[in-house]
Amino acid sequence: MEQVITETQRRTSASGIWEGVRQALPIVMGYLPVGFAYGVLARKVGISEWNTVLMSVLVYAGSAQFIAVSLLAAAASPVSIVLTTFVVNLRHLLMSAALAPYLRNWTRLQQALFTFELTDESFALHARRFPEGRTGAAETYALNATAQLSWVAGSALGIFGSNLIGDVKPLGLDYALSAMFIALLVGQVRTNMHVVVAVLSAVMSVTFMLAGAGQWNVILATICGATAGTVLSFRNASDQSTPSADRSRS
Amino acid sequence: MITSDTLVFTIILGMAAVTYLPRLLPVWALSSRELPPVVIRWLSYVPAAILSALLAPALLVQDGNIALNMNNLPLLAAVPTFLVAWRTESFFGTVAVGMACVAAGRYFGF
Repeated sequence: MEQVITETQRRTSASGIWEGVRQALPIVMGYLPVGFAYGVLARKVGISEWNTVLMSVLVYAGSAQFIAVSLLAAAASPVSIVLTTFVVNLRHLLMSAALAPYLRNWTRLQQALFTFELTDESFALHARRFPEGRTGAAETYALNATAQLSWVAGSALGIFGSNLIGDVKPLGLDYALSAMFIALLVGQVRTNMHVVVAVLSAVMSVTFMLAGAGQWNVILATICGATAGTVLSFRNASDQSTPSADRSRS
Repeated sequence: MITSDTLVFTIILGMAAVTYLPRLLPVWALSSRELPPVVIRWLSYVPAAILSALLAPALLVQDGNIALNMNNLPLLAAVPTFLVAWRTESFFGTVAVGMACVAAGRYFGF
């Protein structure tokens, strides 16, 4: 993978597909255990086997699925479950906007297929590969499909596991999502300004949460963190009257 | 049991709709436009900001309070997990170490 790939549009061959699958493997390692944990919990709460799998196929959003399961267990109203899902997943608005400039040459149908499988984890990978010119459709779809397949497979395994496993906590399965976020975050930090943005967002997220922002804390903290980073980076650039180096790398 | 399977399925369809639209609409609306450099710069900070904002409460908040103490297992486990992620850049290693630390911590009574 060392060679510079310029003819991205030509990479629609089998090699592109395998390359996409390969790039998704880290996500697979994270999704299998977390999907498993979701499947176990959904069954414990009494969601049918089919609905457990269908939620992973149709919604495909880890944290929202866990929240929905706990809300269903608490007999929350259907409207409140859908509204909570909306707020929890509203952050994808920002991710979709961040990737939009790279999908200029795609058709609307291609874009629609791509964004259906946009998750925190696949976004983190695309946000690294697109700026490197890796926007081949076959490779990109293969990455997304592999990731979702592992999520659905993990959920299905969890359905079987629910009969064998009383609690996922002794196995540390509930920590897989946090560990995955740590790996993704470290992968995103390229410059000192990224560290600043990450620390500010973390502080803001916790502050908003404790201040009672409910599920809005992630979106509000992201807006604050990215804005602060932008302001600071432009100020640094004008202070030194040189263009800041992070632009092309992030 | 909770509610009827049909109702749960209807809820899932609603969840799918409100999840998909925020994923789709910005790409449809923005991909054909030339965005100003300041917006591009802002969007380039979104990945690190979002991941950090998602992660921080899971590590720092317990039962509605900031928990910066030695009883906070998720936070303690995050230290080796961060180190592995930073030094090895191995995704699998990072997830495995994180889960193993938490499992071990619980086994020894955290």
